[in-house]
Amino acid sequence: MDWFYIQGILMLAGINLIAVLGLSLLTGFTGLFSFGHAGFMAIGAYLGALMTVSPTTSPAGLGLPFAVGVIAGGAGAGIVSYFIGRITLNLKGDYFCIATLGFGEAIRLILNNVQLFGGSRGWPGVPYKSTLPAIIIVDILAVIFLANLVRSRHGRNMIAVREEELAAQIAGVNVFKYKMIALVVSAVYAGVAGVFFGHYMTFIQPKMFSMTKSTELTIIVIFGGLGSISGSVLGALLLTALPEILRAFEIWRLVFYGAAVILIMISRPKGLMGGMELTPAGIRKARNERKARVQALKESKNSQNGEVGVG
Amino acid sequence: MADILEIRRLTKRFGGLAAVNDVSFSIPEGGIFGLIGPNGAGKTTIFNLVTGVYSLTEGDVRFRGKSVIGLPPFKIADMGITRTFQNIRLFKNLTVFENVLTACHLGASYSILDSVLRLPKFRKEEKALVEKAERLLSIMGLTERRDLVANNLPYGMQRRLEIVRALALDPKLLLLDEPAAGMNPDETEQLMRLISRIRDEFRLSVLVIEHHMDLIMGICERIVVLNFGIKLAEGCPADISKDPKVIEAYLGATEEA
Repeated sequence: MDWFYIQGILMLAGINLIAVLGLSLLTGFTGLFSFGHAGFMAIGAYLGALMTVSPTTSPAGLGLPFAVGVIAGGAGAGIVSYFIGRITLNLKGDYFCIATLGFGEAIRLILNNVQLFGGSRGWPGVPYKSTLPAIIIVDILAVIFLANLVRSRHGRNMIAVREEELAAQIAGVNVFKYKMIALVVSAVYAGVAGVFFGHYMTFIQPKMFSMTKSTELTIIVIFGGLGSISGSVLGALLLTALPEILRAFEIWRLVFYGAAVILIMISRPKGLMGGMELTPAGIRKARNERKARVQALKESKNSQNGEVGVG
Repeated sequence: MADILEIRRLTKRFGGLAAVNDVSFSIPEGGIFGLIGPNGAGKTTIFNLVTGVYSLTEGDVRFRGKSVIGLPPFKIADMGITRTFQNIRLFKNLTVFENVLTACHLGASYSILDSVLRLPKFRKEEKALVEKAERLLSIMGLTERRDLVANNLPYGMQRRLEIVRALALDPKLLLLDEPAAGMNPDETEQLMRLISRIRDEFRLSVLVIEHHMDLIMGICERIVVLNFGIKLAEGCPADISKDPKVIEAYLGATEEA
């Protein structure tokens, strides 16, 4: 295996990770499942391409720097998500999930049928701008932003919405607002991921952003463990690399991929990390929780024995 | 003393069924008020109307002189009304400490930018929130269970934690929905002392729904009795326990032999 090949896998994993981190906030921390985030990636990818593609190719772009493309892609996806959220965030659980599914497919079909950006034939000539260092820097910034958001009153309010929506409301949490923040942040992440994806493939096509892509992102979040950023990072790295590692199995590759995911979910139903973080503070917290549980068990046993003794 | 909560001609209909029908009563500031009645009398519906979970059909609810009609639950909570639930609704996968810390959030005003950049405002306010949560846990005797996941708490402690979480909002009016459900007489006794203590220490008013008559008769200064959504009686515990209408609603009409 040469470095170029490994680098390619790492870049794809890094790009997936950007989208997965955003989805982790929405699904893992706020408790809303989405099957349409490939739609936000598509918006990012196409807006990004519109900015950077040279004006001389067809379909023509604006020929602006890559950074402009990244900002436009992220912002565009965020703005669209705000309007989608206004309509759908009042829907309960499963209905929101179905609405996102519809949104994702709608975006894909629109891009397929509108010829402006090449329609279903796709858009060639996107400049190759995604580099491994750039992706790693964005990943690190994305992790820091997310980790700091989650460990604040805003993040705790989102977790409260996931845990018990009615109780969160009664505790003074503006549930709609926090669902909206989670949705918009996750869409911005997906949009930025889309821009990097387009500028890695140098060619974009609506087919790349199908429901399969959305499902893949959600699977990674669940696989890594809901409510764990380290889980999302591990999940994105492992599940992007896994199909490549399984190349030896040729046509059976995806069967093995599916089997591997199922096996891990059976042995660790709460995902790889199960809500725990792989940081010194996260490990300390998990240890304290275990200690408290053991102590509580001991106490309840003692009091039961005591009662029997008295009786 | 001024009334903290005024319920005027409150009506809630679900389709053709009037769950609460033309009910009026007022809770004086600092009082412990009881709400009793047989199952399905509309007690919890009144809680849901006061906290904004349901929208009412007719009538008015005024809290410290201001109407709360049409406000979303989180705004009503911010104004100072909070509650516990009949079927406990804790943030189950969070620790005892996190449950309380989450509910303390109204005491801080730092923005998302403050938290992402970890600016001084974030550090200062976050420290105050943590101190407040720890103080509440120690007042309420839950410090030892600080790191226990709420789901693993013994039942009585879960009820207690729900009350602590409510207190974290600095409420002026606390609504307790069957706080003694499933408790043995010892635990009920402890809970009674706890409710009185909270009222004095936190200077708030309490409205409590309960089926344990010992608790109701023991701590409530006034009681409202509901039956089939209609107010049956109101008065001090001694009068209520003698009221023939109340006895009839609970035990059925006595047959004339």
